[in-house]
Amino acid sequence: MVADKIALLRQRAALVAHTRAFFAARDVLEVETPLIGDGLVVEAHIDPIPCRVRLGPGDAVDRHLLTSPEGPMKRLVAAGSGPIYQLARAFRDGEVGRRHAVEFTMLEWYRPGFDHDALMDEVEALVQALLPRVAGVAFERRSYRELFVEHCDVDPFATSHAGLRAACDRLGVDVPAGFDDWSMDDALDLLLVGHIEPLLGRDRPLFLHSYPPSQAALAQVGTGSAGEPATAHRFELYVEGVELANGYHELSDAAEQRRRFERANREREAMGRAPLPLDEPLLAALEAGLPPCAGVALGFDRLVMLVTGQERIQDV
Amino acid sequence: MASYGTSDFKKGLKVQIENEPYLMVDLEFMKPGKGQAVYRVRLKSLTTGRVVDKNYRSGDSLEAADVEEKSMQFLYKDATDFHFMDGETFEQFQIGVDAVGDAAKWLKDEMECDIVMWNGSPITVTPPAHVEMKVTYTEPGAKGNSTGNVQKPATVETDAELMVPIFINVNDVVRVDTRTGEYVERVSKG
Repeated sequence: MVADKIALLRQRAALVAHTRAFFAARDVLEVETPLIGDGLVVEAHIDPIPCRVRLGPGDAVDRHLLTSPEGPMKRLVAAGSGPIYQLARAFRDGEVGRRHAVEFTMLEWYRPGFDHDALMDEVEALVQALLPRVAGVAFERRSYRELFVEHCDVDPFATSHAGLRAACDRLGVDVPAGFDDWSMDDALDLLLVGHIEPLLGRDRPLFLHSYPPSQAALAQVGTGSAGEPATAHRFELYVEGVELANGYHELSDAAEQRRRFERANREREAMGRAPLPLDEPLLAALEAGLPPCAGVALGFDRLVMLVTGQERIQDV
Repeated sequence: MASYGTSDFKKGLKVQIENEPYLMVDLEFMKPGKGQAVYRVRLKSLTTGRVVDKNYRSGDSLEAADVEEKSMQFLYKDATDFHFMDGETFEQFQIGVDAVGDAAKWLKDEMECDIVMWNGSPITVTPPAHVEMKVTYTEPGAKGNSTGNVQKPATVETDAELMVPIFINVNDVVRVDTRTGEYVERVSKG
């Protein structure tokens, strides 16, 4: 094995050790949860990897490699685990690119009693501790609406497909055929990945927060105020144009969570994708009571890429 | 005509959009946190060399372009066309000035060129990377000034002009890099 590959392995191992020390110092418990599951945290655009397993002497049953450890970890929090973290393998079918791999390492943690603002503070402290070049740099915090207005001159809460198409034309973002039939969220995402994302976190890391309610996923939605639309208590962290983490002030309303999973399944069917089984144990845990908490998932391989200067996720 | 879905996308793919053949030169998979995947592809026109960036999402497809590369021998040029012969089939092709482009100034009889064919018609001509050219005209170099980087213009047998070192004389044969149009070395003295 060549020397620089070994050096990379050592750097990665040091980052893992550093991460564990960070959480140990904060009394956050390390856990391991199953990677194979039945039901899923259903997302319109995330596909699990199916597998067949024999759970005993009988025939094999259909299961999935989980797309994130979110369900099992929230069940631990609901059962009274207190703050927990995990360096977990996650699996997403079909995601292959410079920053995407079908299996990757996710650093995921949950903080009872935190809201999204408090959790952003902790994410900032962790990234400052692991990525020396941003140590001591205050991270920027900007809302979804502010960034669309600043970079694209459109209000994401008031625009239309025509407005977004005009912005794409103005900014040189190619608009694929069928765009007018896309959901509003998909149309907004084209500008986000095609134009805004590469600009985020260039001078210093940036938290993008206050998403449209339709993009809340598993986050609470605020009530809004005079002149301000209701937004989701969700954030993403960008460092040098790289999307690094996604966090929520967690939704604990089981009925609302079920509606969102079902809505995601309807979107999947509309796109010709198979609907997915819901994570019923998670919904039952929410029903029984999830303590108020915030949670975040950080792409650990991407952090290693940033620290080591590697350009491709396959190299770390 | 065959088509390629987004999962078939890769560098080197030859595709056709609005009756124009393109080579896929780069591909980026982009996906926001919870959003849909977008494939950003960089396409280079096989006729004009122009580069465009296009976005596609999973499930979209591109038409395959019927493109092949052939090696052909240059035969002769007449008033409007360049004439080539396929070395395997001995079939002859006329290629217009537009398709030949910059290659025209380096074409000599019997030279083997790479021809890109699209739907059975030649669209680009690439001469060998290095060709030998006899100098037909250049000013004599000053004595005692044969070293250093001093260059002077010269005309070669195909009427192309390029800069050569000061020691090159008429009837010398020089090697030329056709990709840059630059002098490489002297092959023989005239």
